[in-house]
Amino acid sequence: MSQADLLDQDPVFQLKGSMLAITILELTGNDLERLDRQLASKVEQAPQFFANAPLVLALDKLPATGSDLDLPALMALCRKHGLRTLAIRAGRDDHIAAAGALDLPVLPPSGARERPLEPAARPAAEPARPAEPAHRPTRLITTPIRGGQQVYAQGADLIVMAAVSPGAELLADGHIHVYGPLRGRALAGIKGNPEARIFCQQLGAEMISIAGQYKVAEDLRREPLWGQPVQIALSGDVLNITRL
Amino acid sequence: MAKILVVTSGKGGVGKTTTSAAIGTGLALRGHKTAIVDFDVGLRNLDLIMGCERRVVYDFINVINGDATLTQALIKDKRLENLYVLAASQTRDKDALNIEGVEKVINELKANFEYVICDSPAGIEKGAHLAMYFADEAIVVTNPEVSSVRDSDRMLGLLASKSRRAESGEAPIKEHLLLTRYNPERVTKGEMLGVEDVEEILSIRLLGVIPESQAVLKASNQGVPVILDDQSDAGQAYSDAVDRLLGKEVAHRFLDVKKPGFLQRLFGGRE
Ligand SMILES: Nc1ncnc2c1ncn2[C@@H]1O[C@H](COP(=O)(O)OP(=O)(O)O)[C@@H](O)[C@H]1O
Ligand SMILES: [Mg+2]
Repeated sequence: MSQADLLDQDPVFQLKGSMLAITILELTGNDLERLDRQLASKVEQAPQFFANAPLVLALDKLPATGSDLDLPALMALCRKHGLRTLAIRAGRDDHIAAAGALDLPVLPPSGARERPLEPAARPAAEPARPAEPAHRPTRLITTPIRGGQQVYAQGADLIVMAAVSPGAELLADGHIHVYGPLRGRALAGIKGNPEARIFCQQLGAEMISIAGQYKVAEDLRREPLWGQPVQIALSGDVLNITRL
Repeated sequence: MAKILVVTSGKGGVGKTTTSAAIGTGLALRGHKTAIVDFDVGLRNLDLIMGCERRVVYDFINVINGDATLTQALIKDKRLENLYVLAASQTRDKDALNIEGVEKVINELKANFEYVICDSPAGIEKGAHLAMYFADEAIVVTNPEVSSVRDSDRMLGLLASKSRRAESGEAPIKEHLLLTRYNPERVTKGEMLGVEDVEEILSIRLLGVIPESQAVLKASNQGVPVILDDQSDAGQAYSDAVDRLLGKEVAHRFLDVKKPGFLQRLFGGRE
């Protein structure tokens, strides 16, 4: 074999499987105007979370009889709110054709996704992943979180042992604890859990929010407990700030 | 193998280039072979402050594009044996820099120098990112005002997450805070943040405090790095900072309001 032939055998790529956390927007109705309004209010609660977020558009839960769907318009609307469509999930032929026209990948409808990666070459695939536990371990951060950085504890609580700078954003589906000064934003229970709470050693936040109810710095600064160790909890739709 | 030091800030006009010239010259003065690299493509300030602008033949981009070798492009300082400057291109735009090219040049510099100082452009975009990407240590230049502190904070976040060291899981970039254009009188009047305030917000090690000084303007007009003006407050403050960078314990100076001396009060005098 010549030198060139040998070189040609050298692999220049590797196939890798990976589990990605990705947002799925499951459409249950085909009213773009209503979607626009509802998305806008969702995005307002956690703008950083939605900024350039990759998205799978799930069309498989749309009522079978509804009017025709304008896929380009739907994608443009999502894009307007910061969401970038990577693929659609669909079963209907017209949806699949619409995606094909845009050169957009199509995933099979939910529930039918388990397909081996290389059907022929690897009959005994790796052992199936255990089901995701309902509660994930608390996310623990020990270094400062600087302006422009965002930390999301998905399906979990978040503990930060250092300072959170102005312009930084903490997001958690559960509680948030901050043991350094909290000078950025903290949004707990962002999937709508009203039981979530925020605990901090020094309240200096730009914004706090629980399950979408929020207060901004302008209001917070008027609090007698500004700068103090506090906990923040939601009762009804009022954010209560009490001394720790 | 050289240490790669980036001088960065986020905000513009805070004193990065002044600092790169001073620290690089200070290291060379102490016998360390040093190269200062201007990453501010399109502006080209470093060579002016170093006083070598009339001797620029090839620049950083020429080396990246293979139009010139690194040896051809490095400008040897006239005053110091161990000091070299790699100028930025004035005629190209920022997109001329790319990560492979920068890596190639940095690796070549690394093999031939003890210190490589990267003078970062302002902002947090591509140019600033490339300047800090390969760094081992960072000098974060900050002015004692809220907007500058915020930008530095942001830059510290990027150093901790978007550098080669962060991405490869190596020890993080060592961070130093350099507070420049410090004016104790304005701090006393509450018009500027104090040293403690800035240290508290950024919570990183303080490398030095450089006072606001006429000597800086004079030095840059003459094309002499201010650290060579050893009579000036700014020059001395930069000297202390270089010593600290090399591991010496040196007390901080120029933090308090100067009381005018007796003669100065009698006759008036320079500020
Ligand atoms: N300690 C200082 N005292 C007074 N002027 C300074 C000082 N440091 C920098 N300057 C001035 O500030 C301006 C910006 O400095 P420069 O080093 O070019 O900043 P950057 O590279 O961050 O944009 C220049 O005019 C410089 O002379
Ligand atoms: Mg500059």
